[in-house]
Amino acid sequence: MAAVNALATATPLAVLLELVAAWLLVGVLGLARPHRIAWVARLLFPLGALVALAVAGMGALALSADFAMQSAVLPLGLPDLPFHVRLDALSGFFLLLLGSVGAGISIFAAGYFRQGEGTAPGLLCLQYHVFLASMAMVILADDAYLFMVAWETMALSSYFLVTTQHRLPEIRRAGFLYLLMAHVGALALLLCFGVLHGGSWLMTFDSMRAATLSPAWAAAAFLLALFGFGAKAGLVPLHVWLPEAHPAAPSPVSAMMSGLMLKVAVYGMLRISFDLLHAGPWWWGMLTLAVGLVTALFGAVFAAVQTDMKRLLAYSSIENIGLIFAALGLALLCYAFNMRPLAALALTAALLHALNHALFKSLLFLATGSVLHATNERSLGKLGGLIRRMPWVATLALVGTLSLAGLPPLNGFVSEWLLLQAFLSTPSIPHAFINMIVPLGAAVVALTAALAGYVMVKFYGVIFLGQPREPSLMQAHDAGWLERVGLAWLALGCILIGVFPQAALDAIAGVTQTLLGTVIQRGPAPWWIAPVAQAQASYSGLWLLLGMAGVIAVMFVLVRRMYHGRVRRVSPWNCGYPELTPRMQDTAEGFGQPIRHMFGPFFRIEREVPSPDDQLPRYRIQIDDRFWHGLYLPLARIVGWLADALSVLQRGRLAIYLLYSFLTLIVLLVFVL
Amino acid sequence: MMPPLNLATQLLHVLAAGLLMISFAMLAQRRTRRLIVLLAWQGVVLTASTLLVAVTAHLQHLYYSAALTLIEKVWLMPWILLRLMRRLGIEGDSDPLVNIPTLMLVGLGLVIFAFGLAQPISSLATTVTRQTLGIAMAVILLAFLMMIARHKAVTQVIGFLAMENGLFFAATSTTYGMPMVIELGIALDLLVGVFIFGIFFFQIREQFDSLDLHQLEALKED
Repeated sequence: MAAVNALATATPLAVLLELVAAWLLVGVLGLARPHRIAWVARLLFPLGALVALAVAGMGALALSADFAMQSAVLPLGLPDLPFHVRLDALSGFFLLLLGSVGAGISIFAAGYFRQGEGTAPGLLCLQYHVFLASMAMVILADDAYLFMVAWETMALSSYFLVTTQHRLPEIRRAGFLYLLMAHVGALALLLCFGVLHGGSWLMTFDSMRAATLSPAWAAAAFLLALFGFGAKAGLVPLHVWLPEAHPAAPSPVSAMMSGLMLKVAVYGMLRISFDLLHAGPWWWGMLTLAVGLVTALFGAVFAAVQTDMKRLLAYSSIENIGLIFAALGLALLCYAFNMRPLAALALTAALLHALNHALFKSLLFLATGSVLHATNERSLGKLGGLIRRMPWVATLALVGTLSLAGLPPLNGFVSEWLLLQAFLSTPSIPHAFINMIVPLGAAVVALTAALAGYVMVKFYGVIFLGQPREPSLMQAHDAGWLERVGLAWLALGCILIGVFPQAALDAIAGVTQTLLGTVIQRGPAPWWIAPVAQAQASYSGLWLLLGMAGVIAVMFVLVRRMYHGRVRRVSPWNCGYPELTPRMQDTAEGFGQPIRHMFGPFFRIEREVPSPDDQLPRYRIQIDDRFWHGLYLPLARIVGWLADALSVLQRGRLAIYLLYSFLTLIVLLVFVL
Repeated sequence: MMPPLNLATQLLHVLAAGLLMISFAMLAQRRTRRLIVLLAWQGVVLTASTLLVAVTAHLQHLYYSAALTLIEKVWLMPWILLRLMRRLGIEGDSDPLVNIPTLMLVGLGLVIFAFGLAQPISSLATTVTRQTLGIAMAVILLAFLMMIARHKAVTQVIGFLAMENGLFFAATSTTYGMPMVIELGIALDLLVGVFIFGIFFFQIREQFDSLDLHQLEALKED
């Protein structure tokens, strides 16, 4: 009873801190019996999911209109440098995202992790929950010190999760690349905070908010933040780790990285650009918009030509992050021209898309995990026809696929529609150059959305439809009930936000109110949204759903009534072949070929065409990232060359090494004294 | 400055000069056994100077410090080093890389450099011992020079210990010594360091059949 009273009187912030501690405790408990799968998976992961639900609830509390910002100083950290935490609407929204999506992933993981896959389950449980807790702490942090500690904990714990199967060299390589990019990004963030304090040397966000920076320094801080968070989020050209690390990780971890960790980077960008830097001149927005659009298009095009299902989803994540950053850039742009309602609309689109992407991308990554467990195949060329073997996974994945493709009445449509609405309203910007450029952005968004649809047709069609391409697929089994619950939870989120978008928009209103001081217009009814003006554009997922259901019902009845009893049973025309074999189906490569052709200059293609008299002809194609060969390998060569040049210093004689220190000492003494 | 302190100051200057002399002697000494003896003498001078400062400035902790110096630097370290030499069977001469007259000239230049550096700091210091900072720095630099110019592993260690002596002297002469905790820590570090060096000597000898550092050049990566 006392505990209930304590909970009732405790502030949401205090409860959240206890929940983070609970996550850590759950993780540590995993070490008690690291090899007992029943203990770790059936008990601890569901417990973690419950904690995640509570986190989501607390985040939702922080979004309500009458919630006042709460902050606290923790008795942790270094002497004279304690940790500060703060809960406001922005962190509340991202905690809601983290908790609600994290709960689904945890439930799925409870059924997914099993013995004998690299790291011991108990250790995995610790890394997993430390990862979740560190993301929550990044969101709650109110000083640069705690932010960086949590940020690095997040990077490290996810690195260990990525390298779960560390015995495979390519996974170690992917993990190293990820760690490298994470540290380069963290370095930029460290420098960014070094600029942000504005000479006061106080590391709390409060003092950074109050600091007045000269325009040049503010721009430096913004660019550093864009670089640092861009490296984590996967903006082009810092995206190279993403298509390597996501497939390397176990599926729940890929889902967490893609669905949650990338959003934490979005959170950081919002926190620094809007909250700490109070937005800036218009070119900040223009730059973010341009980078976001390039990233979106790049990701969509590359996703279309992938043949590994998890790589495909990883590139699709790059695309969606691009869209989110484009919306964020548009918000910065409008804010710079003091067009608050439009900025609020773009920011709403960015946040809603972040939430939606977290939902459907986690759902799809988890679905690939189920497919992977059932078939041991990741390559699209060896899958197919799984809808008959795995009806649950196929149905739930279909929801995610349709959401990602941006089809109504699901959630992906709502955010992309909002984004396009924001783009279409920009002609009122009082700047001729921007007026010319921004419609181009709208076109890129439309193209990206269309390509995303194409990608999803390929993803779903090749994996679930058609005939099995390998005989072993006939033994595939559907996912267990825990996995189904996890998938269903995320699919439910996709449907609910699609059908009742106003609820999500109400939640986001708290954030735009805090950051921009304005909110977008409420719709006339919970199922009807009209963000700009009712006469101009409005959308109702519910009515659309009802309409679609009605049309389907009418068609069904008509077909049954008109054709019933007049069915002829004949064999279909089959091109003269006696039977259909799986090899007659369109392959993943074949399906992507038109895109590969049209966007040829994007890719670096290596083709192996068999000679005409080959008895066993094999066609092989490898598609590489131009950035890898054009930017990263030359960079690596320069670093190697510099290291070689420095090795001149290595003479092997102790006397010379001592002379180095001696001369350094003398020079320092001369210059310092 | 008060008149009764004058005698103490002069005595301290004499001791500092003695330290510098011993440093030059070490620079010129070829025989390793003699080097160790000289190192022990440095310890004696250091003990005396620390005691002197303790008496004149009435500082309790410097008495302990002096006792510690006496035990560690006059008795323990030289004893360990001599034992090591006997066990390793190294008795012969070790010619420096540069001939000794040149080395002495370079050393002279270093002393002048050190005094030049110490001038502005000494004028800021308020302790009775401020003029000795230049000498302390000269001792450090000379010990460093000795390390550079020798190519036997044992002489490197002796140079290292001589450098620490210079640092210790600098600490007592400018700030009446370091806090006791730090002094204890350094003393322990030195002891552990000498032990580790000893182990390395055996390893190096096993690997190369010699303690000559020329052999280590083979380790360079091409």
